[in-house]
Amino acid sequence: MADNFEITEEMKAQIGWTSSPWSYEVTRTSVRAFARGVGYTDLVYYDVESARKAGYRDLPAPTTYLGTAIFIPGQSDDFLPFAPGSHPSVDHGLPGLLDGGTETEYFGDICAGDTLTCVNKLDDLFTKESKGLGTMLIMSSESTYTNQDGKVVAVQRSQAIFY
Amino acid sequence: MTITWENIKEGDIIPELKKNPGVSQLVKYAAGSGDFNPLHHDFNFFQAKAIGSIIVHGRFKYATLGECVSNWMGHVGHIKKISCQYRGMDFPDKEITCKGTIERKWEENGEKLVELSVWTENDEGKNTTPGSIIVSFNN
Repeated sequence: MADNFEITEEMKAQIGWTSSPWSYEVTRTSVRAFARGVGYTDLVYYDVESARKAGYRDLPAPTTYLGTAIFIPGQSDDFLPFAPGSHPSVDHGLPGLLDGGTETEYFGDICAGDTLTCVNKLDDLFTKESKGLGTMLIMSSESTYTNQDGKVVAVQRSQAIFY
Repeated sequence: MTITWENIKEGDIIPELKKNPGVSQLVKYAAGSGDFNPLHHDFNFFQAKAIGSIIVHGRFKYATLGECVSNWMGHVGHIKKISCQYRGMDFPDKEITCKGTIERKWEENGEKLVELSVWTENDEGKNTTPGSIIVSFNN
């Protein structure tokens, strides 16, 4: 918990930071694992035949699937589902982390077999006071997902809270 | 029965979805999402000790709001936009109820749209995850 936390000029200079693009493969196995993690019982997320009968090209990505991990040892965070190089290093020194909120907007469908290219941008940094947690640093970022045909299929905006 | 856009009215309530994630379900979610933040499975993690428990992933609740609306809609439409904020912590083995109501129904550029207000309630009836979902209907 921080009582006197302030955003420094160095941190502010990171606003607008944009990652290099990374490849994000949507696979049948990853769609099934995500659907199982949530507890979906609809077979379209597990069985290709059921998915095609319902009008999908292949197993559809469940609606909050984007943001699942790309893990490369030595390059990714050990715990958080961030692709290597997808997040800026903001040296804030706050140990606690909570998720603030998520918004995903779709411009096309996403199914198993798609390879998306993703770019993440640090949109904003600001502080907020919390009774229980002291001064919190809010980091908002925006990830853009483009599919193999060059179409932007989704934009996801997230807020991370550090305290 | 298949839902049609024509039959939806503003103010309608969609069927609720009840979840009761225990540690095993949270571990499955960690595996499926790749979010292995120890706050969601390790009672000895410093943050879990300070809070007094591990907590449910915010994004698990985000996902269940999507599941609730997908279950209601079936495959006659798709979610265009889904958002929520994590306002309160939820704990393992406590019931979480996903709810939703129709806020707005309109047509735009030939698209048949519906906006829902969605949220999760904890076992004390407190809204811990307010959100919003926009759905586009094919029928």
